[in-house]
Amino acid sequence: MATVLVLVTTADGAADKVALQALALGRQLADGGAVHALVIGDAAAAAELGAWGASSVHLAQHPQLDAPAPDAAARILDDLAGSLGATFVVGPGTEEGNTVLARAAARAGLPFAANCSAVTPGSPVTVTRSRWGGSLLEEAAIHADRVILTAAAHVFEAVDTGGSADVAAFTPALDDADLAVRVVGRVPAPSGGVSLSDAKVVVSGGRGAGSADGFGPVVELAGLLGAAVGCSRAVTIAGWRPHTEQVGQTGTKIAPELYIAAGVSGATQHLAGCKGAKRILAINKDPEAPIMTAADYAVIGDMAEVLPAISAAIRRARGA
Amino acid sequence: MRVLVCVKRVPAVAGLITLTEDERAIDTKYVGFQVGPHEECAVEEAVRLVEAHGGESVVLTLGPAEALEQLREAMSIGANRAIHLVTDGADWDAESTAGAIVGAIRADEAANGPFDVVLVGNEAADSGGYQVGVRIARALGRPAVTGIKGLSVADGTARAEQEAASGRNVFEVKLPAVVAVLEGINLPRYPSVPGRLRAKSKPVASSSPDRPAQRLEMRRLVVPATEAKQAQVLGRGAEAAQAVVELLSSVGVL
Ligand SMILES: Cc1cc2nc3c(=O)[nH]c(=O)nc-3n(C[C@H](O)[C@H](O)[C@H](O)COP(=O)(O)OP(=O)(O)OC[C@H]3O[C@@H](n4cnc5c(N)ncnc54)[C@H](O)[C@@H]3O)c2cc1C
Repeated sequence: MATVLVLVTTADGAADKVALQALALGRQLADGGAVHALVIGDAAAAAELGAWGASSVHLAQHPQLDAPAPDAAARILDDLAGSLGATFVVGPGTEEGNTVLARAAARAGLPFAANCSAVTPGSPVTVTRSRWGGSLLEEAAIHADRVILTAAAHVFEAVDTGGSADVAAFTPALDDADLAVRVVGRVPAPSGGVSLSDAKVVVSGGRGAGSADGFGPVVELAGLLGAAVGCSRAVTIAGWRPHTEQVGQTGTKIAPELYIAAGVSGATQHLAGCKGAKRILAINKDPEAPIMTAADYAVIGDMAEVLPAISAAIRRARGA
Repeated sequence: MRVLVCVKRVPAVAGLITLTEDERAIDTKYVGFQVGPHEECAVEEAVRLVEAHGGESVVLTLGPAEALEQLREAMSIGANRAIHLVTDGADWDAESTAGAIVGAIRADEAANGPFDVVLVGNEAADSGGYQVGVRIARALGRPAVTGIKGLSVADGTARAEQEAASGRNVFEVKLPAVVAVLEGINLPRYPSVPGRLRAKSKPVASSSPDRPAQRLEMRRLVVPATEAKQAQVLGRGAEAAQAVVELLSSVGVL
């Protein structure tokens, strides 16, 4: 049995998906012990957490916490971990979760393990964690009395336990220094276009497109399918397409129903971004390209011929 | 303005990853090395800050003797000098890495004054720890912003943008500060031939810090098992178009 504290990040009144997965990991680590959830500011999200496995919910409310402030969140988390005597502090393996847990670990002078896919209690606690965006795993021992880690995204299943938990609201102690890093403004996203991370279909081009102009047929097919346009890193560093379209370890992670990758070789770092795709169709002139062992379907050929032919066939099918 | 940028030498793996026999490292017999994409952009950002505001940019790495190659690369696109914390090649956890970098920053600042901006990659390409920057900031009592894709500096303040669900979050922090950047913040330039020549004579200060006991102790690497697939070939060239349309309609995306 262990006492576990889980940071549950939220957006607009609902817990983040990965945070509920972290809560499921927390419940597993508690092994019958207390599972405390910490929510910053969001009362509506806090009220739901008993059903997702929290045995008690702590809701931090403070006038200055209306905008994200990662050092403040880290301070609240660290203070609460101390007062609860938590032996595990868990967060979601997202940009926000990783930065807050890293900051909490830095405050406490403790190690921090990001993006864990397995955690084995013991002395020391051992974890399996992601390297290379998940293309490689690391088994590591954590030498600390309090283990601070994040749960890798989409590994643990959020469990609706049907339980309930009291929500205890409190005003955390914060200094100006904790609020020095705080969101002071928002730049709205340019409207229009399909969001890459949420798209149902993504059509990508790689170096095989040959040039910025070579993307014409990629954009055309994406338009016909209502798909988002993606690309490989070879393309963004050549300046052919913006980085916002890059799929992969250092780009966007996608999870469409169908991923069409044309002229993309299928490097591990690219695959790290599209392994969530339900089906992959590779279009490549090389039948031996690595992507052939990650794809479900393939067309062997020159993308400059294949893509326009597919677009033309779609138009014919729709016209008929 | 003084800018420090921290980079890490990692193997430039592309295809299947193979491990050394002791399973503690990637087998690099047949691969080259590079700094991670986030850090390539961090170097470019450092050079741009100094082009815009004057001063000097310093590139730092903790890594084996061979990492000199990555320091020269950064100097070839414009970093003025380098600090090399030389290791014997063993893995250092993020906490010890940050500790060694903080030591080097304190030593350099004692002689030359504070770094207005310390740039790091948001997470190392290989170990993906997400923490060296915030640990440096904490130790030095400076603000840290992470996940940054847009940066401008004026009047002793950094304005930094981070992608969020619908748009971008904007932070404003007082300098000196630590900024952890993501690929896409800029498009790094390629080194020129004169740049490469100049880099050869730029100064590199080397020292060998002690490796502390590792509290996040890597024990073994594992290549995750992936289901070995073989794509079903729908056809060759333009003639495959009809088969693709049938596939699109059968999976309901037409
Ligand atoms: C730390 C790190 C992070 C990285 N992150 C990413 C990332 O986020 N995303 C990413 O994509 N990469 C990433 N990379 C780079 C990655 O290793 C590869 O270099 C990159 O994905 C290659 O892009 P590509 O497939 O377009 O190019 P190539 O590997 O050059 O492949 C081009 C492919 O196009 C085919 N081809 C050529 N001409 C044609 C044609 N006319 N018709 C059809 N096919 C054709 C070729 O057969 C080949 O398979 C990263 C690398 C590192 C080290």
